[in-house]
Amino acid sequence: MRARRRREAGRHVLLIGLALIFLVPIYVAVVAASHSAGDLLAAFPYAPGGLLLRNLGRVLIAGFPNAAPVDRMLANSLVMALGISLGKLLISVPAAFAVVFFNFRGRMLVFWLIFITLLLPVEVRFFPTYQITAQLGLLNSYGGLILPLMASATATFLFRQYFLTLPKELADAARIDGVRPLQFLLRIVLPLSRPNLAALFVIEFVYGWNQYLWPLLTTTDTHYQTVVMGMQGMISIASSFGVPQWNLVMAAAILALLPPVLVVVAMQRWFVRGIAAGIN
Amino acid sequence: MRRAQAIAAGFAVMALLAGCGGAAAPASGGTTASGAAAATTTGSSSAIPITFWDAYTGPLGADLQHLVDEFNSSQTQYQVKAVYKGTYPQVLADTIAAYRSHQAPDITMIFDVGTATMMDSQGVYEPVYKLMAQNNIPFATSDFVGAAASYYETAADHLDSLPFASSTPVLYYNKAMLAKINAQPPATWSQMGSVGAALVKSGVKNGFTIGWPDWTQFEQYAVWNAYPYATDDNGYTAVKGVQLLINTKPFVDHINQLAQWQKSGVFIYGGRESTPEPLFLSGKVGMYIDSSASYAAIAKGAKFAFGEAPLPYQNGDANAPQNTVVGGNSLWVMAGEPADVYPGVARFLQFLMSGPSQAYWAANTGYVPISTAGVTALTNQGFYAKNPYAMVAVKELTDKPALPTTRGIRLGDLSQIRDIENAAITAVFANKESAQQALDKAEQQGNAVLAKFASSY
Amino acid sequence: MLQATSPARTRARPAAAPATRAVFPQRALPLALALPQLLVVALFFLWPTYLALREAFINVNAFGLGGRFVGLANFAYVLTTGSYLHALGVTAEFGLIATAARMALGLLLAEQVQQVGRGRAIYRTLFAWTYAVPAAVAGSLWLFIFNPQVGMGGEILAALGVRWNFLLSSSQALAVVISMTVWQLTAYNYLFFTAGLQSLPEDVLEAGALDGAGPSKRFWRITFPMLAPTTFYLSVVNIIFVFFSTFATIDILTQGGPDNGTATLVYRIYQDAFQNANTSVAGAETILLILLVSALTAVQFRFLGRRGYYQ
Repeated sequence: MRARRRREAGRHVLLIGLALIFLVPIYVAVVAASHSAGDLLAAFPYAPGGLLLRNLGRVLIAGFPNAAPVDRMLANSLVMALGISLGKLLISVPAAFAVVFFNFRGRMLVFWLIFITLLLPVEVRFFPTYQITAQLGLLNSYGGLILPLMASATATFLFRQYFLTLPKELADAARIDGVRPLQFLLRIVLPLSRPNLAALFVIEFVYGWNQYLWPLLTTTDTHYQTVVMGMQGMISIASSFGVPQWNLVMAAAILALLPPVLVVVAMQRWFVRGIAAGIN
Repeated sequence: MRRAQAIAAGFAVMALLAGCGGAAAPASGGTTASGAAAATTTGSSSAIPITFWDAYTGPLGADLQHLVDEFNSSQTQYQVKAVYKGTYPQVLADTIAAYRSHQAPDITMIFDVGTATMMDSQGVYEPVYKLMAQNNIPFATSDFVGAAASYYETAADHLDSLPFASSTPVLYYNKAMLAKINAQPPATWSQMGSVGAALVKSGVKNGFTIGWPDWTQFEQYAVWNAYPYATDDNGYTAVKGVQLLINTKPFVDHINQLAQWQKSGVFIYGGRESTPEPLFLSGKVGMYIDSSASYAAIAKGAKFAFGEAPLPYQNGDANAPQNTVVGGNSLWVMAGEPADVYPGVARFLQFLMSGPSQAYWAANTGYVPISTAGVTALTNQGFYAKNPYAMVAVKELTDKPALPTTRGIRLGDLSQIRDIENAAITAVFANKESAQQALDKAEQQGNAVLAKFASSY
Repeated sequence: MLQATSPARTRARPAAAPATRAVFPQRALPLALALPQLLVVALFFLWPTYLALREAFINVNAFGLGGRFVGLANFAYVLTTGSYLHALGVTAEFGLIATAARMALGLLLAEQVQQVGRGRAIYRTLFAWTYAVPAAVAGSLWLFIFNPQVGMGGEILAALGVRWNFLLSSSQALAVVISMTVWQLTAYNYLFFTAGLQSLPEDVLEAGALDGAGPSKRFWRITFPMLAPTTFYLSVVNIIFVFFSTFATIDILTQGGPDNGTATLVYRIYQDAFQNANTSVAGAETILLILLVSALTAVQFRFLGRRGYYQ
């Protein structure tokens, strides 16, 4: 009995220790963001200073020279994350519904056209995709930030899998009762899919918010900069001062990571469900 | 009926998607560099907009904006909008991408190493000397300081772009640290070693560090000591068949020497571009080689007295020190813009090369004035008498007329060659390869890049 | 993000005739429903892939002028200049080390949390949140922490006698990059292993306990082998991840340096396409990467078909 309790205590010590190690980078960021730039130059101060709110306020409202203020970037990130997550749901649910509940000519072709995208995420074909986005005049626009990233079938695939688990009798009964397909989708299938919708929303929101390469390529106008891609610009601007403004960079980093982390923590159940979707 | 339902469903989804695309239409003009937005609303609303992409942020960005504002308020016909596009390579990449999608700016700032890539892409730009002639603005290659002109001029001595920000590497030193060991700023590389070692002995962490190592230790090292960097006068007289000479003895010996100093702590490698600057500012090194244009940033960040001295040269070489060349950027005017823009562009460029503009620019930034009018203006203001440090860069550039092999480096895809050089020296400093091995490899890779470039023109 | 390869892909092993619950007879309606997605796929997937194919066989200069057909010359250039093969090696090294570290730590956490009596929910939060941190932001944190000029990690390592300079040492740079992805992505492996552990049949585990084997013996002889499908799945996903989702980390931290020691394949393409404006070369590199990733994905599909104990 005592041995077991000792083992339990040992586990907690190990786990808490590791959890703290995971938190160290955040602590460093908070310490850096609460000092002046000059304080960081000589040696790292291990205790927080008193300038945290001032620095946060400064990047949020004034921002860095030649970059959008961080509040603008956060707003752009929000538009992008919501656009991608909602947009994906919006196109993938009907597509999955079509592939599962209808038997129409061309179904195979549609199926394969959509699911072939699973093979090649945007990171692999970013360069030609960029050329097309440019040709369509979508550089420096929300459409350019959002639409190309919707060309992935992960969500469609997940819904297809889920729809296939619904009993066939459900749809049969609906058809016999004279329920039209769209009514069936809206009144029966969607309410049943709520947990999956939530799970996908969380995952796709984080995916959209965290995009870096794509916004970096397609936005040259500060008006459309997102906060994640903005990190790169902020670092090089901060370094162009003789004393690098790391305190402000760290303040911006804190602001950039808070929204997705909060979403994941608050919607944890759905997040874990989404992550483990391949298993449950 | 069914079909109607189908179409309606399709449209509903499409409409939602379109909402997403509709928001896409960029707000008119779109670009609001934060500095520019506040300052440049003075012109009348009917002014013709001129877009100017640049690579300046921080203190330099403010100085450039000052000039742009001055031009905008000096007339009402045109409104120049300076847009910060990121680092030099980003500006070049964006310019190329924008040109390919027909969204190029009117003026773009291309760094020194992008010169050949631009110059050889005829049709992409309007040669500045022609533009000026068309608009009856007096303009000659001889209006420019020799070193600035020779770096950017074509084989026919014309200027296709307007030399703008020009700097050259110098040696910055911490006055108190050198005084403590009773040393003068080193003039030669061997003195660099001995002073560096003395600094370390006196308790400084490392003797010196080097900014822009590719530019200062290969390109400028070559011309300052009159070693050829590449065949065909460093690429001035040919595009095809040019070969690098960076694995020859002077380069190998030099990199070797730096590697030994790196081992003993006399030298510390601090990264590319100006990233080593904090090492100098925080007193971890006593000497620092970087562009003269870093003067403003260093002056702002240094809490100690510092001085500026000429770049060390390799003693024993008959011609050394020869001359350095400019680095920095020139301004290119893109082709295919609306016709009514070009007269305004020409006037803006004329304004930038004028004596007062150049005097303002050079006095505030640490760049050297590129027009002779600028030098005259500064001299008349007594600037050089009051700020002798500023003469260091000017003298390096102008003391001796350039030899055919020291006019500059005119190689396509030179930025890739710099990447290759950096890879090579980090391999040497990290003790992975000998200087000879690394530079042999770099020479081969660089030659492949040059051949690839030549084959696409 | 890892999400792009999310587990859904493992099931993308559609039978010759895809499964269906087809009951509705309409023909136009389903096409209309699928149309938006098809449009997005055509515009941003099929067309770009075609463009990459075309560009790979012509030679154009930076400004897109002077294109002419050159056959396989671009591929020859890519494969003979060495930097692409070097990038392949870097990608493989990065992939193997990072995968092993993330999985080992993820499994340790999952196993320990599974055993504790109390606080599982709290631990789940404490070990899952890093997955939400954007790679570029995590990279910024690491850049500051390990910066040789101002960094705290640099100071500590130097005090420990390490000659710390990740701007110079490619192995140190790789270590920085890998440690960052371990910090960020252990969460994913942890969550997956947790799900795997929870789905193991109780009776087998209990039988092991009755045998009187010690906990570590039990783990290695019973639990770990039964986790094999999860382990295999995660190893493939983690490796594929390195192929295309490390861009932000590398761009913020090292820009592929020093000595190209952290230039992965995707980073190499970015450099050639955007920094070097060498679109033909980038096209050829993209095609090669597509082939490579497709092959890996095929392996993934093939083996993951054999589902494990749970199901």
